Amino acid sequence: MDVGHLLVIVLGAVFIHNFVLNRFLGICPFIGVSKKIDSSIGMGMAVAFVMTLAGGVTWCVHHFLLVPLNATFLQTVSFILVIAALVQLVEMFLQKNSPTLYSALGIYLPLITTNCAVMGVALLNIREGYSLIEALIFSFSAAVGFTLALLLMAGIRERLELVQVPRAFRGAPIAFIVAGLMAIAFMGFAGMKL
Amino acid sequence: MNAGREFTKGIWTENPVLRLMLGLCPTLAVSTAVVNGIGMGIAATFVLLGSNIVIALIRGVIPAKVRIPCYIVVIATFVTIADLTMHAYTPQIHEALGIFLPLIVVNCIILGRAEAFASKNSVTMSVLDALGMGLGFTLALLALATVRELLGTGGLDLRALAFQIPRFKPAIIMILPPGAFVTLGIMMAGMNKLAELQEKKRLQRAAEEKLEEKQEEA
Repeated sequence: MDVGHLLVIVLGAVFIHNFVLNRFLGICPFIGVSKKIDSSIGMGMAVAFVMTLAGGVTWCVHHFLLVPLNATFLQTVSFILVIAALVQLVEMFLQKNSPTLYSALGIYLPLITTNCAVMGVALLNIREGYSLIEALIFSFSAAVGFTLALLLMAGIRERLELVQVPRAFRGAPIAFIVAGLMAIAFMGFAGMKL
Repeated sequence: MNAGREFTKGIWTENPVLRLMLGLCPTLAVSTAVVNGIGMGIAATFVLLGSNIVIALIRGVIPAKVRIPCYIVVIATFVTIADLTMHAYTPQIHEALGIFLPLIVVNCIILGRAEAFASKNSVTMSVLDALGMGLGFTLALLALATVRELLGTGGLDLRALAFQIPRFKPAIIMILPPGAFVTLGIMMAGMNKLAELQEKKRLQRAAEEKLEEKQEEA
């Protein structure tokens, strides 16, 4: 496996095609959970955990179950069920074996089932034709990119609380405009030659 | 219950995108062109309608504990139908929507309506609710896509009907990701302002009525 090639995948997923700012995946938690830095770290960790796991498991489901059975049209149904079951399993496992981690991530886990970033990463792994290792690396770096955007946003929004914003723009509208400015900054990465 | 209100609430007062802030990812992603917006709107409305009908029909049978997985399977089935149909008949739009077509399955509007409305109401009401919400979603998408396509490419391209604004220099940033965020932010602020004005007017009217009542009493 070529390390340079993997590095391209990592940089591409974190910066150039950042999941939130470029691909528009995971916008709901990006706007909803980015009010405090603490909670955005918790959300980011939970997403990274579930996304890497889901990326690997759905890749296996696709290549070892759907393709041999010639049932790729069941992709959407099977992936969403796998993800929903996985989130439940992770939740139960953490509750039993690691109460500290559970209390840190617990409230974010149920939210992740309907986070389109998780489903999105599973679908993109298949569409890009990644191998299992590439898929795992891509899933993890996509989650890192999501966390990065979430953290930056939380940092900005904590400052935004202290600023006088016109009343109609308070809350979500100003958050979207800030996200737009961040997206412009991230577009600068698109010029990188890899 | 008022049937008309169930239909119209989704379009304005409870518009899923601009007021409830649901289904934002596809809204932002596919609003680069009006045609894509229409395709996405129709697909989502179809899924919403199908899942609302089925869930309203089987709501008495599903045990409360496993209701969410059941809803997800129903929704995923309709998403697959929409996905395969569009792949067969409108391959260009299917290509442009990309992963956002299968991602309708995690669109919070649909699961949200299933849980909040279809699981508690009759089939007729659920159909009206689905149509209203679907129309509201489509209209929000259309508004966003029209602004972005006009400013970003200097014209509209609706297959049969295409035109360019003469001597207009398009701002390409509008069809790139930042344009989506900024436009949606401004649209939401506009909705907030309108809602605020309406509320003010309503309060004023209520106050006037009270005053009149008092005068009559006196």
